[in-house]
Amino acid sequence: MILLNPVGALGRAVLGGLAAVGRLALYLGATLYAMVRPPFYFREFGHAVWVIGYNSLPVVGLTAIFTGAALALQIYEGGSRFNAGQVVPSIVAIGMARELGPVMAGLMVAARVSSSIAAEIGTMKVTEQIDALVTLSTDPMRYLTVPRVLAATVTVPVLVAVGDSIGIFGGYLVGTQSLGLNAAAYLRNTADYLEIWDVTSGLVKGAAFGFLIALVGCYFGMNSGRGAQGVGAATKSAVVAASVLVLAANYILTTLFFAA
Amino acid sequence: MIELRDIHKAFGRNHVLRGVTLTVPKGESMVIIGGSGTGKSVLLKCILGLVRPDAGQILIEGEDASRAEREAFLARFGMLFQGGALFDSLPVWQNVAFRLMRGATKRPKAEAREIAIEKLRRVGLKPEVADLFPAELSGGMQKRVGLARAIAADPEIIFFDEPTTGLDPIMAGVINELIREIVVEMGATAMTITHDMSSVRAIADDVAMLHGGVIQWTGPVADMDHSGDPYLDQFIHGRAEGPIEAVR
Repeated sequence: MILLNPVGALGRAVLGGLAAVGRLALYLGATLYAMVRPPFYFREFGHAVWVIGYNSLPVVGLTAIFTGAALALQIYEGGSRFNAGQVVPSIVAIGMARELGPVMAGLMVAARVSSSIAAEIGTMKVTEQIDALVTLSTDPMRYLTVPRVLAATVTVPVLVAVGDSIGIFGGYLVGTQSLGLNAAAYLRNTADYLEIWDVTSGLVKGAAFGFLIALVGCYFGMNSGRGAQGVGAATKSAVVAASVLVLAANYILTTLFFAA
Repeated sequence: MIELRDIHKAFGRNHVLRGVTLTVPKGESMVIIGGSGTGKSVLLKCILGLVRPDAGQILIEGEDASRAEREAFLARFGMLFQGGALFDSLPVWQNVAFRLMRGATKRPKAEAREIAIEKLRRVGLKPEVADLFPAELSGGMQKRVGLARAIAADPEIIFFDEPTTGLDPIMAGVINELIREIVVEMGATAMTITHDMSSVRAIADDVAMLHGGVIQWTGPVADMDHSGDPYLDQFIHGRAEGPIEAVR
C-alpha cells in the first residue's frame, strides 16, 4: 500500500502525527487545570516521589559514573593532541553539569518511568479501574496524573544533581587513577571552572524532562487500547515519545540558555 | 427512579444504542439481558457519565443526569464492575473504604476501616482479608470485595455489571443471593446486566431485553417465560435457531 501510494501514506503519517501532538497538548492543558484545583492527593504524590525518584537512583548513578569516566578518557585523548590534557577536569565537570548529566538522567528516567507509568495506568484502564475511580467520585487526572507529573518534575532535578556528582567523580577516578592527573589539582580545576549557571541550567532541564516524561507516560496509559496488546503498544509509544521529547527539549533549552 | 429516554450512542459506524427507553422504579431490581456486544455495558456507562450518549435524556429522580453536580450525583451510585476493578495498589480494606477516605464523605481512618470490615463481613469475608492485596484473592473473593466496595457508602442506586461472569456455579449462586439480600435490605434501586439466566431469576423484579439497540421486551420476571416474544424466548432458552442471528 505504501509502495502504491507514497504521497497518501506520507500525508496520513503527517496528519496522524499532528493529531497526536494536538491530543497531547489538550492533555497537557487538562493536567495543568487539574493541578491548580483541589483536592491534591499527598499520599499519591509521596508514593510517586519514591517510585520515580528514589528507585531511579541506582540506574542514574551507574550510567553517570561510566559516562563521566568515558568522557574523561575521551577529553584526555583528544586534548593531548594539542597538549591540552590538563583541561580534563573542567570539561568533564561542565559537560556533565550542562549536558550529559541531565540528558543521561532524562533518558534513563524516560525508559524506566514513562514505561512503568504507561503500563500501570494502561492496565488500570483496561481492567476498568479508571472507570471505578470515576464512579467513586475521584478524578483520574487529579488522582493519577497530577501526582506523577509533579513528582517527576521535582525529583528528576535531584537525580540530575546526583548524576552530575557521580559523573564528575567517575571522571576524577579515571583522571587520577589511570591518566596520572594530580588529585588535588583535579578537584581545584573542577571547582574553579564550574559556574553556578552550568549546574542550575542542568537542573532546570531535569525539571522539564521530568515533567514531559511523566506527562507522556500518563497520556499513553490513559489512551491505551484494549487488552495486553493495547497496553504493550501504549508502553512502547510512551518510551519512544518520552525519549524523543527529552532530546528535543534538551536542544530547545540549550538554545534558550546558551545560544541566545 | 431511573428514566432513560431515547438514548442513542454510536462508536464510529457501530450504532450500538438506537433509542433505548426504559424506566426503573425506585427500590426495584431491574435486570437487563442481551447478547454480548449489544450495548448493555455502554448503557450503564451512559447513566454514570463514563460514556456520553449522542442523544437522549437520562433522569435520576426527575433530575437530568447531564446537568447534575458530578460528585453529589456519583455519590448516589455504587457499582460492581465485571472484573471487580479493584485497585491493585491498595489493600482490600482501602479498596472498600475508598469513597469513605476522600471527598465529601471523608471520615477518620479508623472509622473507615471499621466500616470496611463490617461491609466485608456482610459479603461473607473474614476480617483477615482486609489487609491482603487484591492480587492475593480468588476471583470469587474479588467479586465480593467489589460488592463490598459498591455498598460501602450506602448508595441509593447500585449497578452490577455481569456479577457472575467467570465464577463457578456455586459461587455464582452465592453472589446472586448476596446481591438479592443486599438490594432488599438496603432498599436500593438496582440495575444488573447479565446473560446468565440463573442470575436473572435470582436477582430480578423486572427484566428488560436489549437487542438491536432498543429494549426488545420488558416486564416482570414472572412474565418472562410466557412473553410470546420470539427474541426473548430464543435468548432465555439459549437456542441457536431463531430471529437473533447466532453469528454476529
